[in-house]
Amino acid sequence: MLEIQGVSLTMEEGQTAEILRHINLRLAEKKIYVITGPNGGGKSSLAKVIMGVYPPSEGKILLDGQDITSKTITERALLGLGYAFQNPPRFKGLKVKELVKLAASTNPDKLNIGDLLHDVGLCAQDYLDRDADASLSGGEMKRIEIATVLARKLKVAVFDEPEAGIDLWSFQRLAETFKFIHEKYDTTIIIISHQERILDLADEIILIANGEVSEQSAKDKILNKILKNEDCCSSQCEKGVIQDAEFAG
Amino acid sequence: MLSSLDKEMLEKVADLHEIPQGAYNIRRNGVGVQRNTTANIDIVTKKDKPGIDVIVKPYTTGESVHIPVIVTEENITDLVYNTFEIGAYSDVLVVAGCGIHNCGDQKSQHDGIHNFFVRKGAKLKYVEKHYGQGDGRGARVLNPKTIIEAEEGAVVELEMVQIKGIDNTLRETEVRLGDKAKLVLTERLLTYLGQEAQSKITVELNGVDSSAQIISRSVAQDESRQEFYFDLVGRNRARGHIQCDAIIMHAAQVLSTPRVSAYHSQAQLIHEAAIGRIESEQLVKLMSLGLSEKEAEDTILKGFLA
Ligand SMILES: Nc1ncnc2c1ncn2[C@@H]1O[C@H](COP(=O)(O)OP(=O)(O)OP(=O)(O)O)[C@@H](O)[C@H]1O
Ligand SMILES: [Mg+2]
Repeated sequence: MLEIQGVSLTMEEGQTAEILRHINLRLAEKKIYVITGPNGGGKSSLAKVIMGVYPPSEGKILLDGQDITSKTITERALLGLGYAFQNPPRFKGLKVKELVKLAASTNPDKLNIGDLLHDVGLCAQDYLDRDADASLSGGEMKRIEIATVLARKLKVAVFDEPEAGIDLWSFQRLAETFKFIHEKYDTTIIIISHQERILDLADEIILIANGEVSEQSAKDKILNKILKNEDCCSSQCEKGVIQDAEFAG
Repeated sequence: MLSSLDKEMLEKVADLHEIPQGAYNIRRNGVGVQRNTTANIDIVTKKDKPGIDVIVKPYTTGESVHIPVIVTEENITDLVYNTFEIGAYSDVLVVAGCGIHNCGDQKSQHDGIHNFFVRKGAKLKYVEKHYGQGDGRGARVLNPKTIIEAEEGAVVELEMVQIKGIDNTLRETEVRLGDKAKLVLTERLLTYLGQEAQSKITVELNGVDSSAQIISRSVAQDESRQEFYFDLVGRNRARGHIQCDAIIMHAAQVLSTPRVSAYHSQAQLIHEAAIGRIESEQLVKLMSLGLSEKEAEDTILKGFLA
């Protein structure tokens, strides 16, 4: 079980910005959670705090009761946390198969690298020997990123907008694949998404807006609220609010 | 006879585990020690200066020439002039590695001047690897100069690699391309400690529809320093593209000076250069797969220089 207790995140870039505020979440084993909410709400930031990329300014993170707040990214990875990036980095000179092999190297199960690519809708023979660099399309790189997380035996897997850039044809297969690893390894799956079809996979939906959890509940209860878009902005926001804005044209 | 040290050096610079197939000439500490020629490839010692002439007959295909140089003694300055005649419509691989093993306190230096004539329609792949080892304080210095004249329709692939142990290098490369001649040049360079490397590459697109692609990747670590000079000259309807990428670490310095010179309105010349640290997102990604920071860094650098 993953517990997030009173986690806040501030960043200093010129001025101090409060990105996450007192996040409390308990994520049980074998469940699929979908985190949704407006752009800039703090979803990816929360994922990065979980993975250890950003240290929280306040609060604790516990994995199966163990406090992992001060553990490094590597340590968390070895404890069974995984994160598929929203914008995966690319690597000059590193082949797709090398990247996926690295990902699979800590998995005690022997996995077929080609089948992993197949699971994310890529023809293995076309991609294994290609470089995981800028020559891949956005959707191709995104699928490879997902494959690197599917390759691992994880307690908690976070997928950051896995459907972004993925064509409809592959989408269905991806949904099946999530279910499959979920059952195979009892992984707690957290999917950050804006897509209703992904929301359908969820046991529970978590709504994050303005750096706070504004709701955590079953899907049907939350959907109405999302569609009404109540949590859009931190303060009232209408056209014309900024008086002396610059004008284009 | 080759010692085990000689063999180790040969493996590093020419991927040779045994005496190579095909034509070869092995030079050790300033003298030729072993040579083999084939029906189609002749190797002749120059009479007027140190070095060899390698003559590949027209229409020779699928053959290779290995000309490794090893320097295993200190206080040696070896200068050699090699000329390669790559006959029309032939298709050959030339591997010219140089390895220096210096355990002493004196300098070991090898300067090789390689002149290629790639005749009409011929295909040449030229691989040049540099490697240095030995724990002495004596400097290991390599200054290769490569001059290539590619005639009509010739295709030249050039691979230049220096990733270990050379303290000081000045590499000069000049390529002149005739009508429809094509060049693909890749350069890989790693420097560390106080090493210094300079690379000057000049490519002249003289012929109509000639093309050149130059891909240079380097990693500069510790207090090392790298300087790159590129000059891409278009004198005809031709295309040229330089891509120069450097990863800079620690207290290293990398200076890159590009020049593109067009003397023809249909010359298309592009130069791209980027110098930067390892992207932190790349490190984070690999660490999130369970690699330590050091392992992640090594993986990124190894791929980059592959
Ligand atoms: N490294 C950073 N430095 C400064 N501000 C940041 C940084 N990373 C994120 N932010 C800010 O934090 C807020 C939350 O960003 P985050 O990426 O977590 O949003 P998100 O919910 O994932 O949005 P989206 O749906 O668009 O992906 C945004 O306002 C963003 O600009
Ligand atoms: Mg995001």
